[in-house]
Amino acid sequence: MPAGEQVTPDPERMPVMSGADILRFARTAALGYPLRTALSVLAMAIGVAAVVVLTALGDGARRYVVGQFSALGSNLVIVLPGRSATGGFNPVNVVTSTPRDLTVEDAQALLAAPAVRQLAPLTVGTSEISFGGRLREVVLAGSTASLKDVRHYQLEPGSHFLPEGEAGRVAPVAVVGAKIRDEVFGTQPAIGQLIRLGDRRLRVIGILKASGQGMGMNTDELVVVPVALAQSLFNSNTLFRILVEARSRGQIEAAKAQVLDILKARHGGEEDVTVITQDAVLATFDRLLGALTAAVGGIAAISLLVAGILVMNVMLVAVAQRTGEIGLLKALGAREADIRQLFLAEAAMLSLFGAASGYLLGEAGAFALRSFFPVFPAYPPGWAVAAALITALATGLGFSLLPAQRAARLDPVQALMRH
Amino acid sequence: MALIELSGIERAFHLGDSVVHALAGIDLVIKAGEYVSIVGASGSGKSTLLNVLGLLDRPAAGSYHLEDRDVTTLSANEQAAVRSRRIGFVFQSFHLVPRLTAAENIALPLLLAGIAPAEREARVGRALREFGLEQRARHRPDELSGGQRQRVAIARATIMQPALLLADEPTGNLDRATGEEVIRLLEALNAGGVTLILVTHDPALAAHAQRQLVMEDGRLKSDTDR
Repeated sequence: MPAGEQVTPDPERMPVMSGADILRFARTAALGYPLRTALSVLAMAIGVAAVVVLTALGDGARRYVVGQFSALGSNLVIVLPGRSATGGFNPVNVVTSTPRDLTVEDAQALLAAPAVRQLAPLTVGTSEISFGGRLREVVLAGSTASLKDVRHYQLEPGSHFLPEGEAGRVAPVAVVGAKIRDEVFGTQPAIGQLIRLGDRRLRVIGILKASGQGMGMNTDELVVVPVALAQSLFNSNTLFRILVEARSRGQIEAAKAQVLDILKARHGGEEDVTVITQDAVLATFDRLLGALTAAVGGIAAISLLVAGILVMNVMLVAVAQRTGEIGLLKALGAREADIRQLFLAEAAMLSLFGAASGYLLGEAGAFALRSFFPVFPAYPPGWAVAAALITALATGLGFSLLPAQRAARLDPVQALMRH
Repeated sequence: MALIELSGIERAFHLGDSVVHALAGIDLVIKAGEYVSIVGASGSGKSTLLNVLGLLDRPAAGSYHLEDRDVTTLSANEQAAVRSRRIGFVFQSFHLVPRLTAAENIALPLLLAGIAPAEREARVGRALREFGLEQRARHRPDELSGGQRQRVAIARATIMQPALLLADEPTGNLDRATGEEVIRLLEALNAGGVTLILVTHDPALAAHAQRQLVMEDGRLKSDTDR
């Protein structure tokens, strides 16, 4: 007889629904309304995917720029003629009309600086290359043997770069980019051929490996010749840049100061050159693009907020639709906490599933970006992925507190009357 | 032994400016194992009385002792525990969860009480056999006939072996033959020791009960025991 085995229910010691049962029940609830569930999962997924793809794009841009700078050479200090405008008003600028040119001799003098390992003078212009009746306009760079090491150029097998020493400045030789080789020589071997460049005849001694990228100058379409040769072709004795490599990363600032001192002394006490360090530029770009990525990620995160509000709506509808069921559960002995947990578990499931599928969607999008633009390393940064997933779960759960509470507080008599 | 002792139970509802006294000073003692029917016109307060007995509604005044324990002063969680262990509900509209199978619906109270899956399965299996629902265990409510649905609901109401079974118009949505079948089932449970309280507006059905209460305007108009 049931009444005989009387138990005194003690709510503190009474067992409660197990976590597995809560999850199973919430799952049947979510699957019971597939369209509603699919829509909120989709909203959450789009939010997370947006964060993943957009931050992948932003961080890809950052990596691309950083990569480009690294390809430029390491520990680089770049000297360019003219004072940068940031110096403000300077009476000296008023008296002297134009800054003094940078010369090959200036470059030579910089080798005396203790913090400088090596350097390459650089003069740049355009010229015409002709071979076998074919004519093509090219970007011509005049420099020395050191340019290869300073800029980390790779050569194709069997190639030589400009010769070392005095010969390197005047020898009638040229190193050409891979694209020039393809377009001018076709399938013929290029090395050893004589080409005409402006009014000079030069022998091709090397080919730069195809790189497809290169900040400022695309090496694939470049022709490198000795600096004196280039200057006489351009009929000028000025340099476009001096690329200086410091002895180490720590020596970059020292090299910069020494370079400035030497050039100031050579230019009659006037600071008429600008010295920039790659590190400073790099750090600026890194910061800038990092901030951009964070901003874009933040904007995308707004869609997560919207998704959270949608989850709240969906859960409010769920509470309204299942009012009778909530009343029944209460009649069967469910406590407020049980009802709350059931609805929160359902919301958590929606959010988790949405976040997970959004992550996969985002990774797929980033993968597609990388496939279409191979040079662009569009990988979503780890912090953004973590933030997107945590935000998705937090908003999903946070916005479900109100509906869950509303369900838990329903008056069972009223709830049972609605069916 | 008195299972239920009500004294001076009051419950009023505010409808706009007017106050409806759904229960106006109910005194009632029901012994364990009794079979009691409550009849009355709609608005007489019979459903409110049932809700109070089932701890779904709190009276405004008066005391309610269930198994010699004052349950009106219990916290919400304690009342939930009493509902879980001591009270079973059977509703006119069955109140089955549409997405769950018959077996899952019957298992709901066990689930909420945190009873382990193995024991749950054994008890649900026994209930399915006892109520002749073995062939229907995996069917959803919309695949069941009205009589089968109410059998599932009764199996669910008794799965926790409650002392008190509250039935609110259990045959209201059923045809006569099926309704009688359900009543026989409830009476068999009562014969097994469960106290059965049946609310109906059908005097013929009410006449089945050993003790008949008639309600009018929130008061007990007649009681065959008095």
